[in-house]
Amino acid sequence: MLKKKDLLGIKELSLEEINLILDTAAGFKDVLGRDIKKVPTLRGKTAINLFFEPSTRTRTSFELAAKRLSTDVINFSVPMSSVVKGESLIDTALTVQALGADFIIIRHPSSGVPHLLAKKLRASVINAGDGTNEHPTQALLDAFTIREKKGRIEGLEIAIVGDITHSRVAKSNIYSLTKLGSKVRLIGPPTLIPKEIEGTGVTVFHNMEEGLKGVDVVMMLRIQMERQGKGFFPSTEEYFKNWGLTPERFSLAKEDAIVMHPGPMNRGIEITSEIADGPRSVILEQVTNGLAVRMAVMYLLAGVRR
Amino acid sequence: MPKELMNKQDIDRALMRMAHEIIEKNRGTEELCLVGIQRGGVHLAKRLASNIKEIEKKEIPVGSLDIAFYRDDLNIRKEQPVVRKTEVFCEVTDLKIVLVDDVLFTGRSIRAAMDALIDLGRPASIQLAVLVDRGHRELPIKADYVGKNIPTALSETVEVQLEEEGFEDRVILKKLSSEE
Repeated sequence: MLKKKDLLGIKELSLEEINLILDTAAGFKDVLGRDIKKVPTLRGKTAINLFFEPSTRTRTSFELAAKRLSTDVINFSVPMSSVVKGESLIDTALTVQALGADFIIIRHPSSGVPHLLAKKLRASVINAGDGTNEHPTQALLDAFTIREKKGRIEGLEIAIVGDITHSRVAKSNIYSLTKLGSKVRLIGPPTLIPKEIEGTGVTVFHNMEEGLKGVDVVMMLRIQMERQGKGFFPSTEEYFKNWGLTPERFSLAKEDAIVMHPGPMNRGIEITSEIADGPRSVILEQVTNGLAVRMAVMYLLAGVRR
Repeated sequence: MPKELMNKQDIDRALMRMAHEIIEKNRGTEELCLVGIQRGGVHLAKRLASNIKEIEKKEIPVGSLDIAFYRDDLNIRKEQPVVRKTEVFCEVTDLKIVLVDDVLFTGRSIRAAMDALIDLGRPASIQLAVLVDRGHRELPIKADYVGKNIPTALSETVEVQLEEEGFEDRVILKKLSSEE
């Protein structure tokens, strides 16, 4: 049973709540493998995708998850809306709620926006990524994928590689994977790993080879090209040379290690095609599992008493 | 004090008789598949299948069905039902499915189960076997095989306790506490 009407971040979730979401997602994954991939569970509910940042996969995944639950979905695309006419964020959200939305799925470039809306709205707010803060459903689908592939999460050595500072995916994953009892290593250049993260139970490596030794899971992050030229790293070529996941580097991990990536990938910058398309890559399965996890989140939130 | 309505021997006898009835009505076990409704129904379906095997010397497939996604009370329940596994190994299309549940009450679970089953395929027929029929139907649903008919009041609840769940086999009648 989830305690809050909203999913704002993994930080706010207890271990029991995380496990409940993962267990429930297993039931929904079942449904996705059938001929009829739709259940009537949330018939008559309405979800609104409120995306203030470009996104294809997350938005599509939420949209399909809602549809598979028989919930109606509206995509509220920002450039066409009154937001460009100067409507405030809260007015936009209240308007959307007045249309009868039960779920408001929000992505916003500023950290904390979902939390603000959650306080103002009766609808369930689901954070689909806020600034550099959190992306909880991504971390949940990652945990689901690891659990499915490895049979457990507790005790595993998991490396997260890349731009930790700007990554909400990394932040949510650090919260969830440490709560679930795995040992998290962060690998990346000193400019992209925040100093204050040491002491939160993670181990930091600035040397890729050292960090990958003996890990069970390698989770690659996207190099955010929009931050290129701001001096965090010299060039993409240089980045690949030091932090790119090549077959040689991946061979340092455990023999049965898996590779993950939240997408979209920059092939040849953070990961080679050989690895991304290789037998130990679970990148496409992450996408499928994302659907099941998002269905589980909506199902469980719908049951929270207001 | 809860009142005991059936003991282990009563349950065993009822399930053996029901197994005979299922075989008789279906003229054997051809195209037959038992599907238990999570959770109590699953154990009973397995027991019925093993009884049928004892009588006919034939294995019949047993599946489990979770009806959480098909319930009609999601908006009014206090808690979201826990989602459990659905494992129907037989292709349900063109099979004779016997749904198995522990207690038949309002009939709403059976309605949900039929919807869930039909989303998995198009069975030739669906039959219903329950250990206890306690009355108070709210939908036009009737069981084909009944272990025991037990008239009850709405202020009472019937609980089927099974060894598979760590109990002693028995069926008991309890008074609902007033706050429920």
